[in-house]
Amino acid sequence: MQRTLGLVGGVLVVLAAATLVVQILKRRSDAAIDPAIVETFRRRVRAWWILTAVLAAAWLIGITATVVLFGLMAFWALREFITLTPTRPGDHRTLFWVFFLFTPLQFVLVGLRLYGLYTILIPVYVFLLIPARIAMSGDPKRFLERTAKIQAGILICVYCLSYAPALMTLRIPRGVSDMPWRFLKIEAVAAVPANAAPANPVPANPAPAPAGGESPPEANPEERHPPAGLARSDLDPEAGPRLLFFFILMVQLSDALQYAWAQIPRKHVIVPTIHPTKTWEGLLGGTASVTLIGAALWWATPFEYWVAGLMSAVIALMGFAGSLTMSAIKRDRGVKDYGTLVEGHSGVLDRIDSICFAAPVFFHFTRYYLILKGVLEPIV
Amino acid sequence: MDVKITGAILALLARFFSGASIRWIDCQPDTCQRVYFANHTSHLDAVVLWSALPPEVRCLTRPVAAKDYWTAGRLRRYLATRVFNALLIDRTEIKVHQSPVDVMLREIGQTYSLIVFPEGGRTSGEEIGEFKSGLYYLCKKRPDLELIPVHIDNMNRILPRGEVLPVPLLTCITFGPPMWLEAGEPKADFLFRAREAVRRLKEL
Repeated sequence: MQRTLGLVGGVLVVLAAATLVVQILKRRSDAAIDPAIVETFRRRVRAWWILTAVLAAAWLIGITATVVLFGLMAFWALREFITLTPTRPGDHRTLFWVFFLFTPLQFVLVGLRLYGLYTILIPVYVFLLIPARIAMSGDPKRFLERTAKIQAGILICVYCLSYAPALMTLRIPRGVSDMPWRFLKIEAVAAVPANAAPANPVPANPAPAPAGGESPPEANPEERHPPAGLARSDLDPEAGPRLLFFFILMVQLSDALQYAWAQIPRKHVIVPTIHPTKTWEGLLGGTASVTLIGAALWWATPFEYWVAGLMSAVIALMGFAGSLTMSAIKRDRGVKDYGTLVEGHSGVLDRIDSICFAAPVFFHFTRYYLILKGVLEPIV
Repeated sequence: MDVKITGAILALLARFFSGASIRWIDCQPDTCQRVYFANHTSHLDAVVLWSALPPEVRCLTRPVAAKDYWTAGRLRRYLATRVFNALLIDRTEIKVHQSPVDVMLREIGQTYSLIVFPEGGRTSGEEIGEFKSGLYYLCKKRPDLELIPVHIDNMNRILPRGEVLPVPLLTCITFGPPMWLEAGEPKADFLFRAREAVRRLKEL
C-alpha cells in the first residue's frame, strides 16, 4: 500500500509542478521560449492529468474497469487508423468482424487471463481470417495491400494495446526482487530432489497446473498453487496495477524527455523525412534519463534497481519506435495527426502510439524475468 | 415530449457512432429558412446530417426522404414521421400538379428548413453525381431560401450501398458558405455551380 501511494503521490506532485510551470510560462508573454512549445507542453500536461485520473479511477473500480477502458481506447484508435487507411467496399464485412467481434474478444480474453489465447488470437486466427474473408468478397484489386492494412491496424491498435491491461493480470509475489536468480541456482536445484526443497510449503503431489499455468481467477485456491511453492497469500495484489502505472509513467516520461532533449541547439535529426523533431540527442538523452528515473523507482516495481533501469530503457526505445512508425504511416497518408478530423485535437492514436509498441515487449520481458526468478512456470 | 427526448438521444447516438467532426466554413448555424443540400452515399446520410445541426436548428429542419424506404416497417415509420419529422416523397407516383417541389414548398411554409440530396439516389461515393433539377425549381419558386452546400465524407465506407451492418469509421461533415439562385441564371449553370460548391468542400 505504501509503495502504491508513494508512486501515485509522486506522480501527482510532478504533475502539479508541471501545471505550475505551464502557468508561469503562460504569464510571461515576453518569454524567450517559443509559445508553440509552451502550447505543446500545456496540451501534454493536460493529457497526462486525464490519463492519470482515468487510470486511478479504473484502478479503484478494479481490473475489469481497466480492461474495459483500454478496450474502448483500442476501439477508438482502430477507428482512427482505418478511417485514414483507404479500404475498398469489398473489405466492409471483414472490417465489421474486426471491429465488433475480435476487438472486444481480445480484451475479454485478457480480462479472463487466458494467456494462451489472447497472445495468439489476433496473430494466428484473425490474421488468417482477414485475407480469406477479403478473398471471399471477390475483389482482387490490391489484395495484399488491403489485407496488410487491416492486419497492421488490428495488430497495433488492438493486439499491442491489450498488453497494457494484461500487465495487471500478472501474478507477482511479494519481494520477488529479493529472490535468487533461478538460472544461477540450476546446479543447486538439480542436486536436490524437487519435492524435498526446503523452501517448499506445498503438500506433496500438488495438482497439475492447467495449460499455461493461467487458470481463471475463480478457480478453487486449494487446487491451484502459484508455482515454486508460493502460497496465495504471498502474492502482492497491488503489484500488477502498480506495474501498469509504472509502465504508463515511463512511456509518458520518455516521450516528454525525448522531446525536451531534442530542444538543445545542436541537432542531428534521425530521419527528417519521417519525423523532423526526433533527434539523436533526444533519443539518447531521453533514454538515459528514463533509465535513471526507472532505476530510482525500482521500489515500485518487482525488479531490482538495475533491472528496473534496463526495463525503462527498453520502454523508451520501443516508445521511440512506436511514434516513428506511426508518423511514417501519417506521412504516407499526408496528415499531421490521426485526430486532424477533429480540428485542434490530436487523436487517441497520437497519444498511445508509444504505449502500443512498448506494451507487448515490456509485458514479455517482465514474464521472462518472473520465469527466471522461478515464480512463473515457463510454458512448455 | 418523448419524441423530443428520443430525438436528442438519437442525435447523440448518431454523433457517437459516426464520430462526426463538424466544420462550418464561412457559414454559421442559423434558424432562418435554408435548404441544406449534400452528396448522398448512404442511408444514414440524412440522420447524420440532421444530428450534426445544433438542437434549436435541428427541430426546424426536415429531411426530404423517399417514402418507400422510410415507411417500410414500424420503426422506420416512427423515426421518419415523429422523430426526424421527415418530409416523405413518393417516388413511384409523381403527378404533374402534385410535384415533389410543390409538396416541399407547401410543407415548409415560412418556418422550416430542408435537407435534400439532389443526386436523386445514392452513389458509390467516389464522384458526386449530376444534380437533378428539383433544387433549381425549388429555388426558382422561393429565391429567398438560403442554399447551404454540405459535404459528408466517408459515409460510403460506414454503410455502403447494399450493406446492412455499419462499420464505425469517422465521418466529417462540412457546411459551406450560403449561395442563392442568381436572377436569370440558366438551370444547367446553376446545377453545375451547386455541385461544384459541394465538391469543393471535400478538398478543404
